[in-house]
Amino acid sequence: MRKLKDNILLGLLWFAAFLTVAVLVMIVGYIFYKGIGLISFDFIFGDYSPSGGGGILPMIVTTIYTIAISLLIATPIGILAAVYLQEYAKQGRLVNTIRFATESLTGIPSIIYGLFGAVFFVTTLKLGMSIIAASLTLTIIVLPVIIRTTEESLKTVPRTYREGSLALGTTKLQTLYKVILPSAMPGILSGLILSMGRIIGESAAIFLTAGTVAAMPASIFSSARTLTVHSYLVTQEAGDIELAAAVGIVLIVLILILNLTATFISKKLNKANY
Amino acid sequence: MSSIPIKKDAGEIGKANKRKYLLEKVSGRVFLFCALLSVVSLLLIIGFVFYKGSHPFIAEGYSFIDFLLGSDWVPSEDKFGILPMIVASIYATIGALIIGVPIGLFTAIFLAEIAPRSVAKIISPAVQLLAGIPSVLYGVFGLAIIVPFLQNNLGLIKGQSLIAVIIVLAIMMLPTVVTVAETAIRAVPKTYREGSLALGVSPIGTIFKVVVPAAKSGIMTAIVLGMGRAIGETMAVILVAGNSLIIPTSLTDSIRPLTTNIALEMGYAFGTHQEMLFATGIVLFSFILILNFVLARISSKGGN
Amino acid sequence: MNTIVIDRKTVTDKSVNTTEQQKKIAVKDLNLFYGEKQALFDVSIDIKEKEVTALIGPSGCGKSTFLRTLNRMNDLIDGVKINGKMVIDGEDIYQTNDVIKLRTKVGMVFQKPNLFPMSIYDNVAYGPRMQGIKNKAELNKIVEESLRGAAIWDEVKDRLKSSALGLSGGQQQRVCIARAIAMKPEVILMDEPTSALDPISTLKVEELIASMKKEYTIVIVTHNMQQAARVSDKTAFFLNGEIIEFDETNKIFSMPSDQRTEDYVTGRFG
Repeated sequence: MRKLKDNILLGLLWFAAFLTVAVLVMIVGYIFYKGIGLISFDFIFGDYSPSGGGGILPMIVTTIYTIAISLLIATPIGILAAVYLQEYAKQGRLVNTIRFATESLTGIPSIIYGLFGAVFFVTTLKLGMSIIAASLTLTIIVLPVIIRTTEESLKTVPRTYREGSLALGTTKLQTLYKVILPSAMPGILSGLILSMGRIIGESAAIFLTAGTVAAMPASIFSSARTLTVHSYLVTQEAGDIELAAAVGIVLIVLILILNLTATFISKKLNKANY
Repeated sequence: MSSIPIKKDAGEIGKANKRKYLLEKVSGRVFLFCALLSVVSLLLIIGFVFYKGSHPFIAEGYSFIDFLLGSDWVPSEDKFGILPMIVASIYATIGALIIGVPIGLFTAIFLAEIAPRSVAKIISPAVQLLAGIPSVLYGVFGLAIIVPFLQNNLGLIKGQSLIAVIIVLAIMMLPTVVTVAETAIRAVPKTYREGSLALGVSPIGTIFKVVVPAAKSGIMTAIVLGMGRAIGETMAVILVAGNSLIIPTSLTDSIRPLTTNIALEMGYAFGTHQEMLFATGIVLFSFILILNFVLARISSKGGN
Repeated sequence: MNTIVIDRKTVTDKSVNTTEQQKKIAVKDLNLFYGEKQALFDVSIDIKEKEVTALIGPSGCGKSTFLRTLNRMNDLIDGVKINGKMVIDGEDIYQTNDVIKLRTKVGMVFQKPNLFPMSIYDNVAYGPRMQGIKNKAELNKIVEESLRGAAIWDEVKDRLKSSALGLSGGQQQRVCIARAIAMKPEVILMDEPTSALDPISTLKVEELIASMKKEYTIVIVTHNMQQAARVSDKTAFFLNGEIIEFDETNKIFSMPSDQRTEDYVTGRFG
């Protein structure tokens, strides 16, 4: 009896794993199958044409803009905030408040960020639907990710490094940028790459703050659409699954590259780290 | 000045160090300021969303109860009831959890406990990678494959339905649930397993009676994260939900959850209509807080 | 700011001068608390210049805690309170608040070698560089002198630019000592410096300590009584946060005046 039960459970475990793998393979397989026909040099590096047949360069450029701007702002703030929490703060009410806020930010769905961005950056700060408004919204979205991953990697720096440095009559600041941050760098970089993935995958928040203009952005104050939003819009408006899948391939490849880079960096730097 | 020989000139070093102490103080303040920015952001978000969302009920005489329990949403006629969306969101989330959590959990157990190392080594990173691909693509897949499939096999007029949403969300949460739960299960110390096996409990029995309970808090986190993804998902859901404003009574009804309502109408809404979308946001926000709270309670109770 | 410090110093100078000239460190009634828990009780000890003073006692007796009060490393721990007098070269180190200056004067070597993940050269040059020394020739000179001073120059001179973490444990610990010497300190604190080393490396470090006595005042915590007997001039026996006995090392090990010291050094507990 017990044996039978065990075998049933074991069967279920195999079945669940099989199902998960099958479904996920099917999705990726389908996207590649549907979209690969459109992939060409002109598709990736050609300008968009509203009549169809054009490329997705404007969306790639927009995606790169949003990544660059949001990380440019969120990286220093996130790293320094993590440094404060991990290296400077005394445990207490203030730190608990900051941690609570950071955790809460992680749990907010992106559509709420979109609402906020639309009223705060777009309307109140008069930035309009634009790449910059979307990037600022994204900055808040990735800030908790950067803070958390930086904190985790600061935790892995041995306490003896800090003591060794401070005992030589250095200040905390010197210890930080000469010893602690270099040691924590692989983890911090992996966190930044994860954030890039998060920005690339984001749709709702960008949809409400950057708008949907399908053209090469003239500046960061222009409305534009990212790859992900583009993939959504061609599906929703034109039902063009093929095009959506082709954009999907670009997205999946980008995410794959980012993940591999993150793994590579943390391995490489860990070794180079003497 | 002093009879004891001082090797290092007190005055000079004092001066150099004074700059260092000043820098130390300033940098500490800068770091604190950066850390406080996340608090400021949270306050700004809550402040703006709540201010905008509560305005109709505070200043314009709309009833919050009617908003929550009204079943008609016709902005042009000044009717703002979001009950259909609330029900749709709840059904879709619970449905996705019912399908996604057991499959995800069993997959995680399989990868951590049953699968040969070489197999797990390939599948785990692949699943992890899938957690990172844009959720919109799950929606595209849903619209292209799941919706027509339902339409043809269930004889529906329109394949976009509650069940389509549930399936897409369940698939979407799988990578998150699997990855987080697998990590938690792997973290259970070997001695637990050995102790149970030594008592003559079968390997499968050990997994379900010892290992899984020991990994409970991590598994709970996996469920919370998966649920967060499901309830907050917007664009993928729009593609497969059908977006009808009715209270769903069957799995095949077309639905419009809270998130999609905001995304669909934010583009052209203004005035009270726009504020009502913010109010929808508040409800969504409160939902997530309540669900997290409930799940935290369940998991802490299970522990006693 | 400076003048205040100097004023205070001249005042304290006098009081020290009247007692004993050779005294490098004078501790009087030092108490230390971790939150509510008291870890050191009325510790008083005078440490002489250019001598090796060993601190012995069972684990948890406060010897390491005491050592770390000498360069204020306990400041790094939240909730530590200290009262009493801790005077080094006539300055009460808990009054002047210039920990940078204190730590450049009082160097420290830790229980486990804790070199940074940098080259050997960069490790030794780290402290001087942080003090603002940029001149290449000067740094080269400091690095060589320090490594020679730590009796490790010949072993590493050909690989200064390679990773410090590639050295053996014993070599790493001697580079740690070189790193401390590079600051030209007057006092060097050592917290069980050989506890992570094999016997041969331990012997080398002990020889080094003996030779360093000519230039530095050394305070060493050790759990190894043979080591205390071999390297130190004076020994203090700590028990439960108090100094039970402090005297010439010979005397502590041959005819201690307190029964508890005798029990400890003869291995009856600890």
